[in-house]
Amino acid sequence: MSDITPDTVRHLAGLARIALDESEVTRLTTELGAIVGAVEKVNEVVSDDVEPTSHPIPLGNVSRDDVVGDTLTTEQALAGAPDHDGSRFRVTAILGEEE
Amino acid sequence: MSELHRLSAVDLQGLLASREVSAREVTDAFLARIDQVDGAVHSFLHVNQAARDTADAIDQKRQAGEDLPATAGLPLAVKDVLCTMDMPTTSGSRILEGWVPPYDATVVKKYREAGMVALGKTNMDEFAMGSSTEHSGYGPTKNPWDLERVPGGSGGGSAAAVSAFEAPLALGSDTGGSIRQPAALTGTVGMKPTYGGVSRYGVIALASSLDQVGPVARTVVDTALLHDVIAGYDRHDSTSIPDPWPSMAEAALAASASPNLKGLKIGRVVQLDTDGFQPGVRQRFTQMLELAEQHGAEIVDIEAPHFDYAVAAYYLILPAEASSNLAKYDSVRFGMRVTPESGQVTVEDVMAATREAGFGDEVKRRIILGTYALSAGYYDAYYGSAQQVRTLIQRDFQKAFESVDVLLTPSAPTTAFRLGEQLDDPLAMYANDLTTIPANLAGVPGLSLPAGLAPEDGLPVGVQVMAPAFQDRRLYEVGAALEALVRERDGSHVSELVPEPGANRAGAQA
Repeated sequence: MSDITPDTVRHLAGLARIALDESEVTRLTTELGAIVGAVEKVNEVVSDDVEPTSHPIPLGNVSRDDVVGDTLTTEQALAGAPDHDGSRFRVTAILGEEE
Repeated sequence: MSELHRLSAVDLQGLLASREVSAREVTDAFLARIDQVDGAVHSFLHVNQAARDTADAIDQKRQAGEDLPATAGLPLAVKDVLCTMDMPTTSGSRILEGWVPPYDATVVKKYREAGMVALGKTNMDEFAMGSSTEHSGYGPTKNPWDLERVPGGSGGGSAAAVSAFEAPLALGSDTGGSIRQPAALTGTVGMKPTYGGVSRYGVIALASSLDQVGPVARTVVDTALLHDVIAGYDRHDSTSIPDPWPSMAEAALAASASPNLKGLKIGRVVQLDTDGFQPGVRQRFTQMLELAEQHGAEIVDIEAPHFDYAVAAYYLILPAEASSNLAKYDSVRFGMRVTPESGQVTVEDVMAATREAGFGDEVKRRIILGTYALSAGYYDAYYGSAQQVRTLIQRDFQKAFESVDVLLTPSAPTTAFRLGEQLDDPLAMYANDLTTIPANLAGVPGLSLPAGLAPEDGLPVGVQVMAPAFQDRRLYEVGAALEALVRERDGSHVSELVPEPGANRAGAQA
């Protein structure tokens, strides 16, 4: 049975880097509980002798010669960024003060 | 030629080739149509004002006697999931509002090389998560048949655009039914090709092992025509199939001209024709089987017991893959950035605040669900088991195709539902794709085409044809034949019966 609690939702949201307010935590706790309760029926039909499928069409590894292909210029790569200094993406401090 | 916008792509192609009309006239006709009806329908997130310039350039080349592709000058609408260097690309999300990609998707490159004229970008559920287009960050698209109803999703914008004659052709993407279910709900045609048949390069990823780009149109032949433009190997996509594809349009044109189902074995999937489906949907589906039988097909009942577990497996695999794919929206390289105002903030606080503000409810729900399914201690029970169900569903298909050539199912359990009706009930919304999801899990192609109108509500019903992987051409042969037989039976094609947006449809309940 599903064991989704508000603390589970807060923890998962932290892992997924999504800030949630308390009303969202409450709503998601109920919704995820219902969804997990419905999807766990996959366990009814599987057994150890069934191989998992990760990809629908069997394909081998794809390799190619190590040559320069189409690449973006620095200017193109930065064009959509919220902030940059002309050659690099600019972000807020990576470490907090206490770290 | 005031009714240019109602012509099929094949007819427009003929008029363009013979120079009876110019690409500019065709483009003007569609832009005028969009101007006239899109305020009510809201198929488009962006209308391409440069379309006229593209059309003029085609006309000049044609005038100069240059050798142009047959498709040159044909307009199309482009789902906003595809990266276009000349138009904003948002995947229906606020987090990408105004973003203009620095490169084109391969299918975009292909339609440009084919001389096609993009009319604009079409609305969709945010990051293709949804079955109604109500989860778009930019407001819902309305169903042209009834503006109070949804057009399906996630590709409701592309389906509504072709249904309302705002474009003859459109591009869609289908992860669990996002091309086929909207086609069914709007009385149009949509095809999910074999996985790997069309490049995913430059397609904003939802679930990479399920996503597939495909064509949307009003007729099977037009759908096949666009399929031929976009299909084929692409070295930029490591899952792209290297084998060459036969012409889908040739197959569809031939089958449409002389429909012949003699000797064809059609499987009716018992699990996808149950009391849970709307009566009018079942009735039109059964009539389609009868029609096929009258014209020489043999109908065989097929058991696919694991299809009953497809939705459950899908809603583990998809969120798991999506939670990983959507990690890239981190406020650093593109899109929105929201910086919390209080105190000392780090880049992680900025990411979390940005994703809270930029993602809608359904996207948050699925990312958190996927994070759960992949987390330590749950991985085997959820994601691992879902992947095993995927194997069992593939086996069901393999077994079915040992005894039949194609499978026929309803494309969706109901006709178009009302806006808001399922918005607060995720599980009800997820059930809309129970007929379409198995094909994505197994990688096989599926085509939805109109079967008629449901007697109880006067809304379109779609049937889905599925074939083994790589047999896309067979779907166009069977689909075009069925379409021609329905036209012969009814005297019209469902897509021609759509009312002008806002007008009452025939057979509507008061």
